[in-house]
Amino acid sequence: MTFESFCNVTLSLLTAFKENVVIFVITLLCAIPLGLLMTFGSMSKFKPLKWLVRTFVWIIRGTPLMLQLFIFMYGPGLLFGIVYPDSIFGITINNRMIAALLAFIINYAAYFSEIYRGGIESIPKGQYEAGQVLGMTKSQVFFKVVLMQVVKRIVPPMGNEIITLVKDTSLARVIAVGEIMMTANEYAADGIIWPLFYTAVFFLLFCGVLTVLFSKVEKKLDYYR
Amino acid sequence: MSVLEVKGIKKSFGSNNVLKGIDFSLEKGEVLAIIGSSGSGKTTLLRCLNFLETPDSGEIYVNGKLLLDPSRPDTMNEKDIRTKRLHFGLVFQSFNLFPQYTVIKNITLAQELLAKERPDYKADKKKILEDIYNNSIKILDRVGLLEKEKAYPCELSGGQQQRVAIARALAMRPEILCFDEPTSALDPELTGEVLKVIRGLKSSDSTMIVVTHEIEFARNVADKVIYMADGVIEEMGTPAQVIDNPQSEKAKAFLSNIFKQ
Repeated sequence: MTFESFCNVTLSLLTAFKENVVIFVITLLCAIPLGLLMTFGSMSKFKPLKWLVRTFVWIIRGTPLMLQLFIFMYGPGLLFGIVYPDSIFGITINNRMIAALLAFIINYAAYFSEIYRGGIESIPKGQYEAGQVLGMTKSQVFFKVVLMQVVKRIVPPMGNEIITLVKDTSLARVIAVGEIMMTANEYAADGIIWPLFYTAVFFLLFCGVLTVLFSKVEKKLDYYR
Repeated sequence: MSVLEVKGIKKSFGSNNVLKGIDFSLEKGEVLAIIGSSGSGKTTLLRCLNFLETPDSGEIYVNGKLLLDPSRPDTMNEKDIRTKRLHFGLVFQSFNLFPQYTVIKNITLAQELLAKERPDYKADKKKILEDIYNNSIKILDRVGLLEKEKAYPCELSGGQQQRVAIARALAMRPEILCFDEPTSALDPELTGEVLKVIRGLKSSDSTMIVVTHEIEFARNVADKVIYMADGVIEEMGTPAQVIDNPQSEKAKAFLSNIFKQ
């Protein structure tokens, strides 16, 4: 291995890793609020909605993410003849990436919604009642009293899930999104095996940064119990 | 006119009849102590008054105005219940302070949210918030915790937390302030400071209902004592009547049991 080939591989892996980061960021941005909506659904007093959302969460959590990637890649076209657009908001995007993003967003929203639900249900009833007897509305009780306490409680499990997401992004290769593992594998097919192992460095660095970030957030929320 | 009148309150959970028809009334400035063993329905009664439970039947009047009657749907409107709650304040056994807010914010929060609904809020925002802050500081001083203004609840002792909870309830200026066993979750050496604060609130215009196991406190502070057993009022009268000279067998047994300890 020459220094030059090392630099070339690093550069091409880095370019490919950009795809992983794009999946990571967009999934987080969409799944965090979507998960909250699903939580409201799964905690709804309206039974049909509650069971509909819970069944959906069961299906999403009960099947492999890899399978969901295939379904979002081929399902819309095969079942409904739907073709993904070439661009969204004027940004060109290939249809494989759209399928990958949809699968990741929906999959992670389902997991997030269960974390949120656990957090919300762990807040003692007395907190709600204290807000109510002080004349707060239901939404004031949720947003002013309960929410911050939920946030504090869900930071550790969310950190866990978000770090899992970093590594899960490499699954997108099964529908031929040109992410880092796929690129490394192409080297392997040419008989150069080390780039495959070298990918670990990218994931480790990224997760390392996230771990530090999450422990900072936890410290920041340490002023109350 | 009585500040509070309660007529025939009944409440059951499934087949468990917790309240079997409660009637009493309270004059302005009176302190009512409710005693009785656990499971007698004392807490449920307070929760009904604060609209945390809906009675199955019965009526609640404040200053002669009908607040709640389950047989009349027009008194059960969700939106009105919120404002009706403000006639009452409730101090919980387990304090239930908001842990993410400082002591002062715990006291001002509900007032600020309520003020947002005032038509003049936008125009006089600064003045309104200033009034709320000054009012809250005054009340915090009354419970003797002025120096804890910027502390968080987890930095306070149980007794201090309960005093903040009392300040928080007082700040809403309720006509009737209810206490649900305010000292039961406290270490024995901390009950004194809380009882002292409650005693200090006794005045001509603050009406209070205190559910308590502190018989001496009930004797010294209450104007009226109710002894409850199995969802009914067994005895009602002055402390001298109910505590020192109970008539019913149940009350005699309960009190002699307590004095033995």
